[in-house]
Amino acid sequence: MTVPLLSLDGVSLNFGEIDVLRDVTLDVMPGEFVSILGPSGAGKSTIFKLLTGAATACGGEVRFSGRPLASNERPFAFMPQRDALMPWRRILDNTTLGLEVQGVPRKEARKRVEPLFEEFGLSGFERHYPRALSGGMRQRAALLRTIVQDRPVLLLDEPFGALDALTRNQMQIWLEAMWLKHRWTIILITHDVREAVMLSDRIHLLSPRPASVEQTITVPLPRPRFSNPATRAEAAAIETSILDFLLSPQIQK
Amino acid sequence: MSSSVFRMRSRMLRDHLFRALPALIAAFSLLFAWEIYCRSSGISETTLPAPSQVLFQAWLHREALWLNTVPTLRATLLGFSLSLVLAFVLSIVIDFSALMRQALFPIFIASQTLPLVAIAPLVVLWFGFGLLPKILLVALVTFFPMLVALAEGYASTEREVEDLLASMGASRWKRFRLARLPSALPYFFAGLRISITYAVVAAIFAEYAGAARGLGIYMLNAKNNFRPDLVLAAVLVSSLLTLLLFSATWAVQRLAAPWIDSSSGRGR
Ligand SMILES: Nc1ncnc2c1ncn2[C@@H]1O[C@H](COP(=O)(O)OP(=O)(O)OP(=O)(O)O)[C@@H](O)[C@H]1O
Ligand SMILES: [Mg+2]
Repeated sequence: MTVPLLSLDGVSLNFGEIDVLRDVTLDVMPGEFVSILGPSGAGKSTIFKLLTGAATACGGEVRFSGRPLASNERPFAFMPQRDALMPWRRILDNTTLGLEVQGVPRKEARKRVEPLFEEFGLSGFERHYPRALSGGMRQRAALLRTIVQDRPVLLLDEPFGALDALTRNQMQIWLEAMWLKHRWTIILITHDVREAVMLSDRIHLLSPRPASVEQTITVPLPRPRFSNPATRAEAAAIETSILDFLLSPQIQK
Repeated sequence: MSSSVFRMRSRMLRDHLFRALPALIAAFSLLFAWEIYCRSSGISETTLPAPSQVLFQAWLHREALWLNTVPTLRATLLGFSLSLVLAFVLSIVIDFSALMRQALFPIFIASQTLPLVAIAPLVVLWFGFGLLPKILLVALVTFFPMLVALAEGYASTEREVEDLLASMGASRWKRFRLARLPSALPYFFAGLRISITYAVVAAIFAEYAGAARGLGIYMLNAKNNFRPDLVLAAVLVSSLLTLLLFSATWAVQRLAAPWIDSSSGRGR
């Protein structure tokens, strides 16, 4: 059996009086697409804050490749809940931000990013400012900024939450295709049950705050999932059972 | 391509003129009313000169006016530059150190409570009739608005952007340079526009308190010689100067931060 790439073991965290995470235990395998699904305000984004160093746990342990994660170690590329594109940077310079922080010379950073614009549906917009982009394009630019950092794990915090239903669907289909091609290790935060089922290998279900992992669901459906009607029907059944679980009285408290 | 750009330009120009039209009409009506009043009431020219009279005298004395405009402009620009440098350096200091913020901010605020009427003659008394006291007074008046604009601008940085940079391993200085400083630019330019209008007034005030040349001393002399028309001619010049500097801030903003959406006054 392989060692999980990342595991949280009994992690707790509080902001002053508020308990946000209580005994969160979950793991992520190399190359796996994992979702964290939970109600709003549960503490999903807080898990990412913990991993990126913006918040510190008061108990439990985070392990990376089997070893405790050192505080200066940064194996994560993070995409925040809102796209956080900088309005003063052109799209090209927004996408190279992570490389620039790492100290990669600007010219080389650009050379690394430019070939990816086509794949991310952004070609022709390299020199535009973010305000000229549609919502979906902004999200793809933010995702491009995330993946070029070339970190072992991608942390995506509700990447499509702010999009209209149609664009969100297109983005999900596109992300699945991209993942099938590149096989990144992804942790996706979402409160969209359907999105979690269609995209994930496994789903960790969180309780309302203080969050803990109530259940972990494996989604055994073949890929690609969106293009196959039979798969979509099966997905709908899993979706219903998850909703039933999340809405059941013992979870609601 | 170039002809379409040209067409766009000319459309923009027309739009601008169209938007300025109400202001122009209002201003001309006022001047017109003033002119009519002067001609029909028989009020003496040494009390209230008509606008036409002011314009005519301004033209006659254009050389003297220009000679006195140059020192005012120089004092304004030098004082304002000094204030910008100071505000920028100190804004960074208080952004990085909460202690320095607590120590310095009350002093900055106190500097704003000094009445210019009382302080200008003193500064002239201490530093003489030369350029220096004018520079200092302009800086004193414009420093605080610039500092506040910068400090508020830094504080306006989106939390998410800073978290993102932190997740990338950016140091505090890098976070400042890559996120806080650019976030402050729209505030900086708003502050610039406010304080540039104070700057000209402050320079004139300083000259009023004592100078060899300058619009301020020109106004004082004209008043003492019972020439309100020349006082108003100098006022006209100083207003034009302020308007010119004000428009220059827009031009600089266009060049330095083209991403700022000026219709909303903010980025994004
Ligand atoms: N810096 C902070 N200080 C104090 N409380 C905080 C802080 N950050 C988050 N919280 C609280 O922690 C709780 C969980 O927040 P979090 O952002 O993790 O929720 P979430 O599950 O991501 O919700 P959503 O789906 O709405 O994004 C919330 O109740 C929030 O008020
Ligand atoms: Mg969240």
